Amino acid sequence: MIRVRLPEQLRTLAGVGKEVWVEVEGEVTLGGVIDAIESSYPMLRGTIRNPATGRRRPFIRFFIAEEDYSNLGPEEPLPATLSGGREVLMVVGAIAGG
Amino acid sequence: MSGVRLLVGTRKGAFVLSSDGRRRDWRVEGPLFAGWEVFHAKGSPAEPNRIFASLSKGWFGQVIQRSDDGGRSWEPIGNDFAYGAGPGNHLWYDGSERPFEFTRIWQFHPSREDPDVVLAGAEDAAIFRSEDGGRNWSELTSLRASTGSGWQPGAGGLCLHTIVSNPSDPAQLRIAISAAGVFGSEDAGQSWKPMNRGLQSEYIPDPDAEIGHCVHRIASHPEHPEVLFMQKHWDVMRSDDGGSNWYEISGNLPSDFGFALGVHAHEPETVFVVPITSDSEHFPPEGRLRVYRSRSGGNDWEPLTRGLPQENCYVNVLRSAMSLDDLDPCGVYFGTTAGQVYASADDGDSWTELVRDLPAVLSVEVQTLP
Repeated sequence: MIRVRLPEQLRTLAGVGKEVWVEVEGEVTLGGVIDAIESSYPMLRGTIRNPATGRRRPFIRFFIAEEDYSNLGPEEPLPATLSGGREVLMVVGAIAGG
Repeated sequence: MSGVRLLVGTRKGAFVLSSDGRRRDWRVEGPLFAGWEVFHAKGSPAEPNRIFASLSKGWFGQVIQRSDDGGRSWEPIGNDFAYGAGPGNHLWYDGSERPFEFTRIWQFHPSREDPDVVLAGAEDAAIFRSEDGGRNWSELTSLRASTGSGWQPGAGGLCLHTIVSNPSDPAQLRIAISAAGVFGSEDAGQSWKPMNRGLQSEYIPDPDAEIGHCVHRIASHPEHPEVLFMQKHWDVMRSDDGGSNWYEISGNLPSDFGFALGVHAHEPETVFVVPITSDSEHFPPEGRLRVYRSRSGGNDWEPLTRGLPQENCYVNVLRSAMSLDDLDPCGVYFGTTAGQVYASADDGDSWTELVRDLPAVLSVEVQTLP
């Protein structure tokens, strides 16, 4: 199981708290985690990556243990520390406001 | 007793306002989808508890939600608005070419007969149709194929914001695009032609061009679909032949700039507009919020002020933010960019502020419930 921290607007839409757990089979990749999020929470389909292009939305980034994984390819492996929730994958939206 | 339900889309969520048929006491529920821009929420005339809502946010794109219980619960539905065959590019503000790219749905137009059939107007301008309640969408590609390569966005984006159908002939459609103009189809969207003859737009290089007019809103009375009313960027216009020819009916309005426009439910020649000062001053003339009503199909307009702020009012009323119910007397509703929703239960003679201090109101749709 993978622990994912969602930004506020996506929590509102999905009706969930700050973090969700999703099941990812095999090697953990960004593409696999987003697939799992969209499968468990269909209302979030297309909100993290553009459904037409598959690309990460430009105002969103991914962090694990303060490291930026935003530009990792969707099939490249994420750190093993995600497994079991030892670390959390943060989906971070650009800060809005003044 | 019948009732009314107002679906109010705002910059930060949706609100549902409801009342019985007397329209005196109102209940305000929301925000639904807090934090999301709700460009449009619209109920199905065929099944009023079915409501479609378009939610968008710059960070997360757009999603579509549907309720089948009058807004108590919602589920995500199809969100794949793939552009089909047709021109790959439209014109950008500077005249360069730019690919058509989906941003959001501006307007739903559910069928009057079949709750599973709904049209949706998109930015970048395109029209989509679903026959399964919004789970799958197909573009009616001939609209863009006709003249789309020459369309150019207005400041609000290249948006297809209004869809009007003929109740007695649902295959007859009229749509409006900013800033391309009005287009009509007689065959349920299989073919389209521009319908902008008579429009004069002095702020474009060719003032009477076939396309390129910034039409803000069109509306018609269901019993007289051949009569169309238009609030253009500047000018209030009318067509008596289904959009083939237009003529100006601005008459004595204090400004003929504006966005919202509505037609009375029972009086086909009674029309409502909200004059706005100018394209650079998006607030009412003299800071007085006035709805103007014509009972003669245009030209002669009377200000409706009772209950509306008549000093220091500098709000805007956006194109989708006015709606009229089917009761008698007719109810008129509109929302402002400062978050007020006003209602009249007497054909516009007097107004009540139903709620204030909501986020900026983007759309208002009323449902008259049995």
